[in-house]
Amino acid sequence: MKIKAYALFKKDFHSELRTRYAVNSLVMFIIVAISVILFSIGNERISQGLTGGLFWVVIFFSAMSGLARAFVSEEERGTTLVLQLIASPSTIFSGKLLFNLILVFMMNIVIALLYSAMFDAFVIKNFLLFLVTFLLGNIGLAISSTIIAAIIAKAGSKGTLYPVLSFPILLPLILLLVHLTLNSLDGTSFEQSIFELAMVACYDVIMLSASYMLFDFVWKD
Amino acid sequence: MSNYSVEAVSLNKVFGRRLIFNNINFKFENNGIFGISGPNGSGKSTLIKIIAGITSPSSGKVIHNSNTIAVIPEKLHNHIGFVSPYLVLYDEFSAWENLNYFSEIRNVPFDSEKVTFLLDRFLLLNRKDDFVKIYSSGMKQRLKFIFALMHSPQLLLLDEPTSNLDAEGKDKVYSILRNEAGSSIIIIASNEDSDLEICSSCIQLEQFKNVNSSVPSRGDILK
Repeated sequence: MKIKAYALFKKDFHSELRTRYAVNSLVMFIIVAISVILFSIGNERISQGLTGGLFWVVIFFSAMSGLARAFVSEEERGTTLVLQLIASPSTIFSGKLLFNLILVFMMNIVIALLYSAMFDAFVIKNFLLFLVTFLLGNIGLAISSTIIAAIIAKAGSKGTLYPVLSFPILLPLILLLVHLTLNSLDGTSFEQSIFELAMVACYDVIMLSASYMLFDFVWKD
Repeated sequence: MSNYSVEAVSLNKVFGRRLIFNNINFKFENNGIFGISGPNGSGKSTLIKIIAGITSPSSGKVIHNSNTIAVIPEKLHNHIGFVSPYLVLYDEFSAWENLNYFSEIRNVPFDSEKVTFLLDRFLLLNRKDDFVKIYSSGMKQRLKFIFALMHSPQLLLLDEPTSNLDAEGKDKVYSILRNEAGSSIIIIASNEDSDLEICSSCIQLEQFKNVNSSVPSRGDILK
């Protein structure tokens, strides 16, 4: 299954290079979102806590604008049937998840770099904690976004449904990530944040297991 | 010779409150070309999709056997070739890239000799490096046949196989299908007389509309 999923990822990556379905909307969204925050605060100096919160807000909405493309673009182009004819549902999910993982990591590294450059208050004091939070958070975000994208791909009003469905599913994750990011900004030790980190890891495992179990039903007409 | 069989047991499909077909039973084995006909909306495409495992029936089941061993649903796609007008290949890739990716995702070695042979047979060899988006509908339809045949499937499911093809293209397809019928089961869903003429037997879907229809015998179905 690993080789097949990697082949599907390769196909998606090659397709993305040619069509730029997801990357264009993601890049535009990141630039616009950070610019809007910059313009809205003007010369005001925002607190460290607010910067940490806004960081995940930008990531959440950027994910909304780009990650759904994994399945929506297949559905819109009518190529879903081809995928159904060449691979099992678990292979399809693994391939799409791999693609979204790479995309979400690339997107969030860009956001983190831009944030560090633009906001003075965004100074990470516990880098290890931030790194683990970033890693686990992105994995959770990619898993949730992939299964939600699969669910909404067949719906009529995809654009509206994606944030509506994502909000309750991603809210617990985002709240934990904001809390952990604040801890890493104010220098709280790794040991003091271990409970929240364990919660994020549990979220990732639960979402991954639930997604694989659910995907068979979502994928079949 | 392939030893593949496909059997439908009490198939029933309902969309919302609308009955599409009811109580379909058949068994196709020992290779050959079989037809499914019926007016528009009678459920030909739905039945083909159910046989392919893409759509679930409302009740009943389809049993696929390869060498008397039941094919597990996860592996069904390796035994099936599928052609239909609503099948869309990747426009942003060339024919060759499409076929190469399909092999990789199926995890079967890309047999470039066989693919070249098929491209030649379907008159697409000179255009194999062109993007699919600039293909005509007839060329796309021929490429779908290559997609369906490249992994030597034991079951070929063809929904309106000759749509978008000119007379020469149709003759080519019929001659290839007659050839393939010696080694695989071919099921054609169509209303075209010329498509159904090459079938050895045919299921008429109109007779499965009746909610109270009893289970027809195999002889009733395979006229």
